[in-house]
Amino acid sequence: MSVTTTPAPVLAPPLAAPRSRGYWGTVGYRLRHDPVTLFFGALLLMIILSALFAPWLSPFDPYKESIIRRLKVPGYMGHLLGTDELGRDMLSRLLHGGRITLMMGFVPVLVATLVGGGLGILAGLAGGRVNALIMRVMDVFYAFPSVLLAVAISGAMGGGVFNALLALSLVFIPPLCRVAETATTQVRNLDFVDAARATGAKLHLVLWHHVLGNVLGPILVYASGMISVGILLGSGLSFLGLGVKPPEPDWGLMLNTLRQAIYVNPLLAALPGIAIFLTSVSINMVSDGLRSAMDVRL
Amino acid sequence: MLLHLQRRLLAVLPIALGVSMICFLLVYLAPGDPLQTLLPPDADAETVAKLKQLYGLDRPLPLQYLAWLWQVMGGDLGQSIATGRPVLSEIRRSLGNTVLLAAVAVLIAFPLAMLLGTIAGYRSGGWMDRGVTGTAILGVSLPNYWLGIVLVILFSVELGWLPASGMGPDGSGTFNPLHWEQLRHIILPVVTLSMIPVGIIARTARASISEVMAQDFVTTLRANGLPERRVLRHAVKNALPSVLAVMGLQFGALMGGSILVETVFAWPGTGFLLSKAILTRDIPVLQGTILVLAMIFVATNLAVDLFQSSLDPRIKRG
Amino acid sequence: MSAAPLFLRDPRDVGGPAQPLLDVRDLRKHFPIRGGALQRVVAKVHAVDGVSFSVMKGETLGIVGESGCGKSTLARLLMRLVEPDSGEQVFDGEEVGSARGISVAGLRRQVQMVFQDSASSLNPRMPVQGSVAFGPRAHGMGPAESVALARELLQQVGLNPALFGPRYPHELSGGQKQRVNIARALALRPRMVILDEAVSALDKSVEAQVLNLLRSLKQQMNLTYIFISHDLSVVRWISDRVMVMYLGEVVEIGPAEQIYTAPRHPYTRALLASRPSMDPDHRLEEPPVTGDPPNPVNPPAGCRFHTRCPHAEAVCSARAPRLGLTQGARDHHAACHLHDPASGHSLAMVRH
Repeated sequence: MSVTTTPAPVLAPPLAAPRSRGYWGTVGYRLRHDPVTLFFGALLLMIILSALFAPWLSPFDPYKESIIRRLKVPGYMGHLLGTDELGRDMLSRLLHGGRITLMMGFVPVLVATLVGGGLGILAGLAGGRVNALIMRVMDVFYAFPSVLLAVAISGAMGGGVFNALLALSLVFIPPLCRVAETATTQVRNLDFVDAARATGAKLHLVLWHHVLGNVLGPILVYASGMISVGILLGSGLSFLGLGVKPPEPDWGLMLNTLRQAIYVNPLLAALPGIAIFLTSVSINMVSDGLRSAMDVRL
Repeated sequence: MLLHLQRRLLAVLPIALGVSMICFLLVYLAPGDPLQTLLPPDADAETVAKLKQLYGLDRPLPLQYLAWLWQVMGGDLGQSIATGRPVLSEIRRSLGNTVLLAAVAVLIAFPLAMLLGTIAGYRSGGWMDRGVTGTAILGVSLPNYWLGIVLVILFSVELGWLPASGMGPDGSGTFNPLHWEQLRHIILPVVTLSMIPVGIIARTARASISEVMAQDFVTTLRANGLPERRVLRHAVKNALPSVLAVMGLQFGALMGGSILVETVFAWPGTGFLLSKAILTRDIPVLQGTILVLAMIFVATNLAVDLFQSSLDPRIKRG
Repeated sequence: MSAAPLFLRDPRDVGGPAQPLLDVRDLRKHFPIRGGALQRVVAKVHAVDGVSFSVMKGETLGIVGESGCGKSTLARLLMRLVEPDSGEQVFDGEEVGSARGISVAGLRRQVQMVFQDSASSLNPRMPVQGSVAFGPRAHGMGPAESVALARELLQQVGLNPALFGPRYPHELSGGQKQRVNIARALALRPRMVILDEAVSALDKSVEAQVLNLLRSLKQQMNLTYIFISHDLSVVRWISDRVMVMYLGEVVEIGPAEQIYTAPRHPYTRALLASRPSMDPDHRLEEPPVTGDPPNPVNPPAGCRFHTRCPHAEAVCSARAPRLGLTQGARDHHAACHLHDPASGHSLAMVRH
């Protein structure tokens, strides 16, 4: 902490000051110069794109069964990654399976960011009783281990993708609400919000220009870390039979049904897990890179 | 301290009530008539009438909840649709096995995590630190149920060293650590389950130790010629309270979170019970098990909180 | 922006030079302390407790007191950043917030504030010229126009707008940030500026520069200042009149010279004695205040200072003294039984 003493008035310092990038400019600059994050970002992009374009990339019909081609090793008859317990092409199923697994990661976090983040910002801005009401309700949901809450809700409602998405959204709302509430309460008490109010500006202008921009960063960083948890939990639900219904391809469900294959062709049973692992590692690494890039001391 | 205890207990009470409310509502989340959800499809008219009367299903929801809560407080969690046995006795039979699994997993995780965390925190920013931190990220990205399958492939299928599932002879009975056959059965589930606590405890230890190492008095101690071993011992001592607290929290979380690992290894605990209840749509068992596990989680969190405040003089004022 | 010539009257000036710009009567704010699960009020902090004073046009009123005496709350009350529990606030003859008077938004166009913490009073995600331009922009000025105004103001507070305008707060030093804060406060062309510990966090040399800047801006723009600080020397240098606060109450108010050379309230004397004196001839023979001020949650009964006052007697803890004119001085008020012949204090007549 050094306070430089400047002669008054400071009009023309001889040296050119470093060009200001602004907050997001600095974050972008740091991300572009972080090879690890870039690598995993590219990997993640590849995974997302291949899931998105699965119908065009898949060499076989992912639902086509064959009794004679069950549990074949990679390379057999053009099946690059072999076949599953019903003789379906593994590669095609993995490509298609990514769609639902990725959805399980992204959709609940998006919903929770909007709902939980919104509630948290509201609680932080309102303070007092509104805050107490919202946060005490969140505390109740917080009192469940996340896996247990997801299993409880989707278990009671019965399986299915929609119910699983709903359950996961409910799991993520409390933590995001807490993060948003903490960030908002911190920012709300800073003098620049009071200074903005003191100009006589309308409340929505103060919120939009001075509060939201300072709250969004921490919420987004936290939410990005939740995506990989969503993928792990979502495929966990599918693994328990609470997600997708067969014959729909999904990494978690494939992991479950291929368990019986471990004595015949162990590699096959490991494949969907590798896919889940790679996806969640890249999301975690990108989130971590984002976190340190956004950690600008202000 | 007494005041703090009182306050914490008062704060936990509404949470526990809220948790019970959510568990109560699970029955209503299920599609269809709650009566059908709670009864086996072949229940006779007498049983139906009895249950209707017991839960007061025609009364308004808040009254139903109070009636249900009264039953639960008396130890009646309803009857399993699949087996017809009381839910409480089903939970009793499996709870011990889950406690065993979670406790052993946390106890195994502790020394390993302490070692990793100390190595990383001692020279934070160094290559060892980066290695440990990177491994921790890999650890939390790993679906532990998949790790379980891979371990089974390796040690049961390929090498044939360890059994793939179950608890071994007289499984659901008492666990005897000297019984080699039982010990063999617990190794793989425990190793799988301890993955997450290792990562989380190591991270806590690392943060705490690197914080101490950066403090001025450590520099002073070193400048005065205190041997590194003593400096390290001081740092570890300082890290212990928060590490122990995280261990407690992890134990509670594993109790509720072991469902996937128990399913992979067919370990006869509460998680396996839940997993079976989901497959058979045995809602009373699902509801009761989740209630018990969530309450255990709340109780361990409270215990950890009290433990921590008993160590920290700053919290004593309440 | 050109400075308003002194001989021309500001068109916003309603009551003429004789009418106080700000008149505050019995302003009160008690902060509730909530506790328990239901967030019920369990206690109240008596932050500002019946404060009355007025500020004349063109003068600088200094407000001093220990931390926690309610200075900053008073500033926020005057800006209506905090709603008062009771009391009247009249701005140039118009009551604030009443139907026939001036609205809070209208008040904020004419009164602006500079905060103590120069770092946290600027939005870290906004270039500083954006912060300065925010007020005019929020009042309907166009984007280009408001940035041009912001740059003009930066120039006026001694910052090169081309160099500093697009920068972010963390790229500026403490003194530079405080200059930006001053420019922001001036952006709406206010008539009054409340400076809440505006120079307290700065280095001594930077502090002097900013104080000089404030003085010259006051002349150029025909401003009225309320200058809040715990630094007695700074307040003496810049103020025409000084008000001393203790635990949410005014204990003494009067012309700066008199407050410093002939303080009447024992608290003021103790405050002056406790500051490091440069001049041995002006050292006052009064014991400095010791210990911490009492808790504002439960302020002492009677005179709030009696727990620390060397002259405290039974009457002091029994009855609260009124803020009254002191003998032998014009416009100098103190709230102390020593200066009230009718108070019954044994030293009341002896001293003067």
